Amino acid sequence: MSANPPPIAGFFPRDRTWHPKALTPDYKTSVLRSPARPLVAFGNTLSETTGPAFGHDMLGPLDNDLTLNFARPGMSAIGERIIVGGRVLDEAGRPVPNVLIEFWQANAGGRYRHKKDGYLAPLDPDFGGCGRTISDDKGGYHFRTVRPGPYPWPNGPNDWRPAHIHFSVFGHGFAQRLITQMYFEGDPLIARCPIVRTINDPKAIAQLTARLDMNASVPMDALAYRFDIVLRGSRSTLFDNRMEGN
Amino acid sequence: MTGSTLPPLYPFRESPSQTAGPYVHIGLTPNVCGITGVYAADLGATMVSATTKGQRITLEGRIIDGSGAPLKDALVEIWQADADGVYHARATEAFCGWARSAADPDTGVFRFETVKPGRVPFPDGRLQAPHINVWIVARGINLGLNTRIYFADEAEANEADPVLGRIEHRDRVATLIASGDGQTYCHDIHLQGPQETVFFDI
Ligand SMILES: [Fe+2]
Repeated sequence: MSANPPPIAGFFPRDRTWHPKALTPDYKTSVLRSPARPLVAFGNTLSETTGPAFGHDMLGPLDNDLTLNFARPGMSAIGERIIVGGRVLDEAGRPVPNVLIEFWQANAGGRYRHKKDGYLAPLDPDFGGCGRTISDDKGGYHFRTVRPGPYPWPNGPNDWRPAHIHFSVFGHGFAQRLITQMYFEGDPLIARCPIVRTINDPKAIAQLTARLDMNASVPMDALAYRFDIVLRGSRSTLFDNRMEGN
Repeated sequence: MTGSTLPPLYPFRESPSQTAGPYVHIGLTPNVCGITGVYAADLGATMVSATTKGQRITLEGRIIDGSGAPLKDALVEIWQADADGVYHARATEAFCGWARSAADPDTGVFRFETVKPGRVPFPDGRLQAPHINVWIVARGINLGLNTRIYFADEAEANEADPVLGRIEHRDRVATLIASGDGQTYCHDIHLQGPQETVFFDI
């Protein structure tokens, strides 16, 4: 892990059987929004192996605290106080430092601060629902928030999303760009959710399920959930045949 | 992998994707959807300044679904080289090669004010035609879609472009080429149907 890693020659191919397919009819919106023609593949060029980098200096002090970053002075968001954290790694197990991670979620009642969300649960005047951070030099990250509530959504006659936090993650190349969702250990709605079930492999679903981490919790303050994020691995230009990547 | 009893070569697998959902703008462009005061400005809103070198262009378009309707809840990100064909990971005063745009909630139009990118090398040393890399997420899209935008007034470079050359069905190349007057380029991206845009597995 030198300060100037060698240029990336290419990323490990994406396993498109591990990711959800584009067309997943039980998640109805995918039906008209899924490309039908085969994707065209080509080896990575500079256009894919480079990508935007963000500096820690762009972060505000409350960017990684959703309990406070929208709250009125002296107030904080309503709900179960939690700390979500983990590491950003690549498929070779190497930490991915200095990448921007953005997250958004419903409030503790399952309501989003969005004009298209008409769910009965009330808005919390002290909760906006967005935050961001940048992984540290070991790939670590964490943020504070409240545990989001589950919410109903128009798909089947009675579909509910499990409690979840949306994540957007940058890598070091634009081809690593990823959006996913984090679920909570033990939630019985996970197995029932048509969006979760766009993923075929139970091991892949488990990878999106954060675990309660009592060791990272703060007594009398917040429980902690551990959520590691894995980005595509890469080959370097200088060491194309190094088995462990770099 | 199937049937193998050998341990995996690599310890981890990429986190599986999940849709960005209908409220992606809360997370990525909160100011656009009325959540103000958390971030001073939305990220990726500005690419150029008074000192930017190159030909200023406006790039706009829509994402069209299989019924012909524009997506009004999509989010589009682009990544491009500067006018000299150089990618800059770190934005400078003069140029930021990355940007994001929320589709307009009424019209579905996304828009970028940028410069026309220069040509960047392909791994074998040939030059790629000027292009902008595009990533699209939205409700109903389970894994972000990658495509590119080329320019109609670069016909000669497009003809020799190694990536466009990978497209077997030549009539589909046109789905990646934006038409314009040198100032404004328009480019609709079709998710399905006879005009379905070419999407890449990169
Ligand atoms: Fe959600």
